[in-house]
Order: sequence, then structure tokens, then C-alpha cells
Amino acid sequence: MTDAKTQISETVKAHDVVLFMKGTKTMPQCGFSSRVAGVLNFMGIEYADVNVLADDGVRQGIKEYSDWPTIPQLYVKGEFVGGCDIITEMTLSGELDTLFEENGVTYDKDAANKIREANA
Amino acid sequence: MAISLTELETLLLESFPHAKVTVTDLAGDGNHYAAEVIDESFRGKNRVQQQRAVYAALKGKMDGAHGELHALALTTKAPD
Repeated sequence: MTDAKTQISETVKAHDVVLFMKGTKTMPQCGFSSRVAGVLNFMGIEYADVNVLADDGVRQGIKEYSDWPTIPQLYVKGEFVGGCDIITEMTLSGELDTLFEENGVTYDKDAANKIREANA
Repeated sequence: MAISLTELETLLLESFPHAKVTVTDLAGDGNHYAAEVIDESFRGKNRVQQQRAVYAALKGKMDGAHGELHALALTTKAPD
């Protein structure tokens, strides 16, 4: 395994929720990353953000790690959950709530409901 | 670099010949598209598996800085 992949593997195991994104959770640098970070921030999720723009090895490595060609990428308990479209769908359908519940991740249910109300 | 809507549809239909494929050019720049692919082969697969199959059909056109496609909003499902 390359250094980047070892680093990725260690990161997704060290944190319950990890978002690989362009930019940071406080300053996203791409609309798709911004949307997913925005959902997690609003739902009060404690997560690690990894800025792929800061490390080209990770930027390429993460795509091979998950066999997924795009950024952002969300991981819960070491498992790849999806990119922007999947996370958006799962947020609106409530599947994301279930995933967090099943994995013991604390989140703000009222905030999640507000997102759904606003997009109903 | 960009890719035409027809080219994108053709690529998807090559891999999913029986699918209902709808491609929309979101920004008019040949770089930001939305695609909906409804195919029987998706039945029983989760979204990650479905969308991995679609990305595979695009044969590297999404590959970052060298890719022809910057953004593809994907919706995948099995027929009702």
C-alpha cells in the first residue's frame, strides 16, 4: 500500500465520521463539498475533514481507495457511504439519520427534519 | 475540455443498452451535467454500487484535472 493509502486507511479508522473534501469544513472550495459539509455542520455531526487540495497523494489515493472518482467522499466507521448526490438523497429520505443511529453517531434530529422540511 | 450531451448519452447507452437514460446540460458549458439512469441491472444494488457502474461506463472521463467532465449529478435506480 502506498503512503497515501495507509494514511487514508488510518484516518477513516481513527474517526467515526470523515469527509474527504475540497477545502475545509469551515471554508469549502467546491459547491459539492460545501453541500455535504453544510449538511453535516447543520446536523451537528462531529467529523474529521480532510482537504484533498492540500495533498495530491491523498487526492488521487482516495479515489483508488474507494473506487469512486469524485470528491467529496463521506466515510462512517471506516465504510464509504457516498458522494454528494447519494448523501443528498440519504439526507432527504432519512436514511442518513438511520445510518448515524446504527453507528452510534450523535446528530441533531430537529436539524435533520428542518433540512427535509425546507426541501419538501 | 468538454464533452457533448450526445457523446455522454452514447457512452451510457453502450454500457446500459436497455436503460432509460436522461442527460441534462446544467450549465450549457459541456462540463456540468445531470444524468438519470434507470436500469434493471441496478435492482438489488445499493446506490454506491449503482453509481460505480455508471462511472465505469464513463471510462475515466471523470478523472479529476484531466477529465472532460467536471460535474455529473447522478440519479440511479431500478425501474418501478
